[in-house]
Amino acid sequence: MHELSIAASIVESVTESAAKYPGARVKEVRLRVGALASVVEDSLKFCWELATEGSPLAGAALVINILPVILHCDACGADAEIAGVQSFRCPKCGELAADLRQGRELEIESIELEEPDAVVPDPVKEQV
Amino acid sequence: MTTRIVELRRGILKKNDELAAGLRHQFTSAGVLVLNLVSSPGTGKTAFLERTLRELRARGAQAAALVGDLETDNDARRLAASGAPVRQINTHGICHLDAEMITRHLEGWEGVSLAGLDYLFIENVGNLVCPSSYDLGERIRVVLLSVTEGEDKPLKYPGLFNSADAAVITKIDIAEPCGFDRELALHNINEIRPGIRIFETSAKTGAGMDAWLDYLAEQATPS
Repeated sequence: MHELSIAASIVESVTESAAKYPGARVKEVRLRVGALASVVEDSLKFCWELATEGSPLAGAALVINILPVILHCDACGADAEIAGVQSFRCPKCGELAADLRQGRELEIESIELEEPDAVVPDPVKEQV
Repeated sequence: MTTRIVELRRGILKKNDELAAGLRHQFTSAGVLVLNLVSSPGTGKTAFLERTLRELRARGAQAAALVGDLETDNDARRLAASGAPVRQINTHGICHLDAEMITRHLEGWEGVSLAGLDYLFIENVGNLVCPSSYDLGERIRVVLLSVTEGEDKPLKYPGLFNSADAAVITKIDIAEPCGFDRELALHNINEIRPGIRIFETSAKTGAGMDAWLDYLAEQATPS
């Protein structure tokens, strides 16, 4: 159950990034999570609710994009996606492949902000 | 209201990763080989480490250990019997060690300087899931599996097994009464982490310890 620690890290990081856009509200946070990242999607979503409660991120949606494992096969040279995480064999030639090219990601890809429309300054007042 | 998408492409555990990179640099400069030992609770990490520390000392090597548990300093006291410097890390409920805890416990560790060590072992909290995401700056991650656990453990916890650099099977002295299927266990480890070095050991009888200690010596020698 380290999803709560992970959710707290996301909150910290997103709050920091969103601070550069004063007045903006975070609507959505998009993650890239590798199939081998040892993160349980439902558990992370549950912890996200807890971690954002009462914070400026309350109500922001968490979108988790799970990335499949991609292996590089030394035997046949292929970079190929494997189905599941139960056998690390090249799907092209069947050889065991240890070279992982994707599957451990644990990243914030992007955030979606809702910003108030810019206030158009009154030209007359500007001149005063 | 207008909507804006801000691309971040930032690691969620960036702070931990940066701290771990700093630790790794520090360990490399000090010439100390650091290993992170991970397993389920009850695999026998402490008994295995106790024997490892004792035998390393007998071989004239300088070794120390940081040991993580939710509560109690029982493991540190057990390990200290080997004569090696040992420091307990209590996580108070947190299910894994992180780089910040390592940094904090290396500071002010009386009588221990990294430069004076050949090996530093970090015994993680017993857990096969959470420690896999947290880099501690180690050079070698060791996953341990006992003969009393299922041979399919690697299939159940692929995230951790796939991230390991070496695997240790413990308690082989009781493999037979446990009906341990050795071939199947080796096959499963290899399916999840192809080509990994596997050591079959018993902390009780000392079986397999020589091969493990030779591996440590080989890894500690700068190539």
